[in-house]
Amino acid sequence: MKKVAVVGVGMSKFGELWDYNLRDLVVQAGVEAIRDANLEGSEIQALYGGTMASGRLIGQEHISALIADAMGLNPIPATRVEGACASGSLAFRNAYFAIASGAYDTVVVGGVEKMTDASTAEAVTALGGAGDQEWELLQGATFPGLYALMARRHMLEYGTTEEMLAAASVKNHANAVHNKYAQFRREITIDDVLNSKKVADPLKVLDCSPITDGAAAVILMDLDKAKQHTDNYVEIVASAQASDTLALHDRESLTEIRATKIAASEAYKQAGIGPEKIGVAEVHDCFTIAEVMAVEDLGFFKKGEGGKATLDGETKIGGKIAVNTSGGLKACGHPVGATGVKQIVEVAWQLRGQAEGRQIDGVEYGLTHNVGGSGATAVVHILKRR
Amino acid sequence: MKPGLPLLWRRTKERYNLIGSKCESCGTHYMPGRAVCPKCRRKGKLVEHKFSGKGRIYSYTVVRVAPEGYEYFVPYVLAIINLDEGAKITGQIVDADPDKIEVGQKVEMVFRKIHEDNPEGLITYGFKFKLAD
Ligand SMILES: [Zn+2]
Repeated sequence: MKKVAVVGVGMSKFGELWDYNLRDLVVQAGVEAIRDANLEGSEIQALYGGTMASGRLIGQEHISALIADAMGLNPIPATRVEGACASGSLAFRNAYFAIASGAYDTVVVGGVEKMTDASTAEAVTALGGAGDQEWELLQGATFPGLYALMARRHMLEYGTTEEMLAAASVKNHANAVHNKYAQFRREITIDDVLNSKKVADPLKVLDCSPITDGAAAVILMDLDKAKQHTDNYVEIVASAQASDTLALHDRESLTEIRATKIAASEAYKQAGIGPEKIGVAEVHDCFTIAEVMAVEDLGFFKKGEGGKATLDGETKIGGKIAVNTSGGLKACGHPVGATGVKQIVEVAWQLRGQAEGRQIDGVEYGLTHNVGGSGATAVVHILKRR
Repeated sequence: MKPGLPLLWRRTKERYNLIGSKCESCGTHYMPGRAVCPKCRRKGKLVEHKFSGKGRIYSYTVVRVAPEGYEYFVPYVLAIINLDEGAKITGQIVDADPDKIEVGQKVEMVFRKIHEDNPEGLITYGFKFKLAD
C-alpha cells in the first residue's frame, strides 16, 4: 500500500446556521481545504462524502453528487459513505484506501450535516436510525437513553460519578472558547451540568452533544507527491475500523465500546506506537460517558479510571493527554456527517502548530476516534507530524 | 420512526410471545432470534425458543425526553433485561416508581401498548416488564 498524507483542511462554522443551506456549508469547507492545500481543484481525482441523515433531515439524498457539483469538481467520481455518526471518518477512510491502493493520488473528503432545518423532534428521530429500529427504538429507547444505560453500568462497576461525567463537558466547553468555529464558546461549571435538565438519568442536557449544522473537508494526497507539493502535510500512519452488534443489549459489556478497543489496537499496531505516544486526541463525546469510555478504550487510562482522570484534569490541555481540544462534539458541535472529518481537521491543525489558543506544544502524534450509533461502528485514525 | 403495518405484523411472534432462538451447537440463546449464530457461524444450528419472560434488570434509565409517539408515557423506565436463559433485551419497566428501580431486581414480561401514533392508525402492542414478587 502507498503512504498517504493530509495536505489541506477546512471547515465551516459549526452551529445553528439558519442563513446557510447544506450546499453553502460544504462549499465553505471545501473551498477552504483546497485553498489550504494550495491546489487549483483540477488536481482532485475523486470525492468521498460523509453524511448520515440528509434524506430525513432536509429531504436531500445523493449528497456526493451535490458536493462535487457545488464545488465545481465534475466529472470526477463522487461517492457517499454512511455509518451513522461515523460517516465522516468512513468517507475519510475510503479516500485513504483510494490513494493507498494507487488508484488516485489526490482525493477530497467532505463531511456535512444540516440539522437545524428540521425540528428537534425530527432530528432526534432521524438520529435514532443509528440504533436498532425494531428492538431498541420501538421499545422507547432514545440515544441519550442508550448511553445512560452504559453510564449506569459504568457507575455501578467502577464507581464513576455524575461529577466525573460532568467534568468532560466542562473541559470541552473550556477548550471551545479558543476555537472560532465552535458552536458553544462559553465556559460552564460542574454545577451547571449537574443542575441542567434531566434527559435520561443519569444524563442531563449538558452531558449531551447538541444538534448542529456544519461541514468539514480535507484533501488527501499520495505521500511522495505531497512531499514535493508542500511542507505543510501530515502523514496518516494508521486507519482502522471495527464493528459490533447494532443493538446495545446484545453486547457482553456495557462499560466499553468493544469496536473502539479493537480499532485502536489495530491502529497502534499499524502506527508502530502505543497510546503513550499520542499527544492530542479528538474522541467521540456524543455524551460525557462516551468520552470517559473512549479515553479508557483507547488505552490512555485503565478501564474504570477514565472518569477520575477527567475530573482530575488529566485530559485538559496541559494534562497527560489533551482530549478534544476543538471542544469535542459537546461544545464544538456535532453535525453528524461532518464530525469525523472535523476531528481530522483539528488534529491536522495541532500537528501543524496552527491550533491558536488551544495549541499543544511539541505534539508528534494525534488520534481521531469516531463512533457510529451506540458503538456498532468505531473508526480510529492516527496522524503524524511532518 | 413511526412503524407501519408490515413491521408490526411480521414480528408478532417474537413481540407478543417472546419467541427467539437457541443455537443447539453452542447453547446460546438469542432474543430476537437470529438466522446465523455469530459464535458458530456455519456450524450453528438455530431452533426456535420461547423465553420464559423472566429475568433481572441489568441496567436502566428514566427517559424524560421521549421520541415522537412516546411522549404520553414520560417519564418512563427503560431497561436492559438479562433474561434467565442468558440473552439480554431492551424494554420498559411499567407499574413501578422510577425512583425505586435498582439493578438486579427480578422482572417478568407483560403484554402492553407500546404507542398509538402511527400512520396506519394502529395501536402498537408488545412486551414490557414489571417487577416480579
Ligand atoms: Zn452457536
